[in-house]
Amino acid sequence: MSNETIMQVDNLKVYFRVKNPEAMPWTRPDVLKAVDGVSFKLKAGETLGIVGESGCGKSTLARGIIRLIEAEEGQVLWLGQDLLKLSNNEMRSRRQEIQMIFQDPLASLDPRMNIGEIIAEPIKTHHPKTPKAEVKQMVEDVMVRVGLLPNLVNRYPHEFSGGQCQRIGIARALILKPKLIVCDEPVSALDVSIQAQVVNLLKELQDEMGLALIFIAHDLSIVKHISTRIMVLYLGNMMELADSADLYDRPRHPYTQALISAVPIPDPLIEKNKELILIEGDLPSAINPPSGCVFRTRCPKAQDICASDKPVFEDTGKGHMVACHFHD
Amino acid sequence: MLVLNKVKIQEMADNIAEMDAVKGRSLWTDARRRFMQNKAATASVFVLTLIVLFSFIGPYFAVWTNEQIDWAVLGRVAELGQPSFANGHFFGTDSLGRDLYSRVIQGTRISLSVGFVGATVAVIIGTLYGAIAGYVGGRVDQFMMRIVDILMAIPGMFVLILMLVVFGRSILMLFIAIGLLAWLDMSRIVRGQTLSIKNKEFVEAARATGVKNSKIITRHIVPNLLGVVVVYASLLVPGMILIESSISFLGLGVQEPSTSWGALISDGAKTIRYDTEWQLLFPLAFFVTSLFCFYFIGDGLRDALDPKDR
Ligand code: SF4
Repeated sequence: MSNETIMQVDNLKVYFRVKNPEAMPWTRPDVLKAVDGVSFKLKAGETLGIVGESGCGKSTLARGIIRLIEAEEGQVLWLGQDLLKLSNNEMRSRRQEIQMIFQDPLASLDPRMNIGEIIAEPIKTHHPKTPKAEVKQMVEDVMVRVGLLPNLVNRYPHEFSGGQCQRIGIARALILKPKLIVCDEPVSALDVSIQAQVVNLLKELQDEMGLALIFIAHDLSIVKHISTRIMVLYLGNMMELADSADLYDRPRHPYTQALISAVPIPDPLIEKNKELILIEGDLPSAINPPSGCVFRTRCPKAQDICASDKPVFEDTGKGHMVACHFHD
Repeated sequence: MLVLNKVKIQEMADNIAEMDAVKGRSLWTDARRRFMQNKAATASVFVLTLIVLFSFIGPYFAVWTNEQIDWAVLGRVAELGQPSFANGHFFGTDSLGRDLYSRVIQGTRISLSVGFVGATVAVIIGTLYGAIAGYVGGRVDQFMMRIVDILMAIPGMFVLILMLVVFGRSILMLFIAIGLLAWLDMSRIVRGQTLSIKNKEFVEAARATGVKNSKIITRHIVPNLLGVVVVYASLLVPGMILIESSISFLGLGVQEPSTSWGALISDGAKTIRYDTEWQLLFPLAFFVTSLFCFYFIGDGLRDALDPKDR
């Protein structure tokens, strides 16, 4: 597996303008900072896990990277080319290299199309002249690869279970042999027993095809299983970014520590004695985020400086990046 | 025994592997099956087909045309103009001695075409308008929908009558006037539906794949709108017929010698005192039966296509 960086995101910001429906028409809309300055690198064949509570901007980040939502500023270098500067047409042709898998497997499949049409759509879009027989062969191959019987091509999405629908979604993402798949909470809508199957399938496919993955979840335990590195996101800001094992064993940011303490440990003895760090309060509004460190309203370690100065996202050794004045 | 089983299992496995592609049930197939199970709806389709066929084939059996006046009957319609096979007036005659059978056929044609043409106009304008407003969104959407709101605030029947009085009473005018009024609801429904489809993940998936906007509309949005449009259109047709009939009943709709169900019912109602009840009953029977059929079909379609029931 090569070690080249295929994607480099620099200081990506995605803002939304939201208007209070009761406000007067001439008032300026509020700015919601869904993603506020995220940077990372992604190597070929690597998996970057992104975790955070719902509402922390992780889905927006994923969509901002692949321009399903236009970013405010920043750079997304894809194989050396800034995606955010491409014209719509150029971006469209780049899309065959970057695919996406969605949270709700059934909702991401057009109910009026059969499985064959759904899986073949990327071919039809990017290589419309491919002969029918070849398309059929490609669809069948990819179906077998993701564990679906190829004789189901004429069936419709509503005839499948959630796990099968997600396999169809994966097949659609794979058919053009992309270099990166962005997975937006691909398993959180599935049964626990199925979750593992889908994650394992993704892992196998990754090893086999040298895919890079951006894997988003709100559950640290799933991300740990598949990720090379993990990024912890809070209110659109990066809190911590480190190698998977490192982050899990030696979390340095208070927020990450709390998240990890909430993951159940299979051993009842340890589970009983472990210290549970509770985070109190709700996620603050991204329209009006706390000054200084965004986590300070809920941080057990917060001091005065946290309110005045925004902590720098810095390397604390061996590429373990943390944004906290008082990291461990 | 065990060996035999093994062989059998192997055979089965082979069969499964060689099995041809399973035929899927599309949502349309599903909907058709559900519609077929609805007895009232299927019966209504049958009856309505008969009525339409009657309006086409009926004239070949008519003895009198719709314009001929039977002078022998005129003046003594109550006694001689009754429905009978002997003198060729199967449905009797109207108060002017014209053959009611032919008149009813003529009225059926006009009423049905007002219904279908009016509904088609409304569906086409409403769907395009609503889909554009919904898909483009933002200011354009706001502006387009405010126009609809303003038009909706004007009482429709009033405008309709006004237009007929000002521009003269012609069938074409009636088509235009009714069609123009009825698209408003349609556009609202379609806009709402477009908005919700636009935000579905499968549309996002298509965008992520790199499908063009125009292809997204034709390939993903329109087919998913079709169910709602079909249901609403099926309920628009009887609505159109009702509006036309009530206007004709008021004497403002179609003009003599042309006629419609509403006009025939109106004529029949005026002469009911002279013991010529058939003049009311025949057109009324067609009118009521057809409306019932349309509503049953509309109900059936809604049950068959509405995703909420699933
Ligand atoms: S900077 Fe302060 S508030 Fe923020 S995480 Fe660190 S200790 Fe907590």
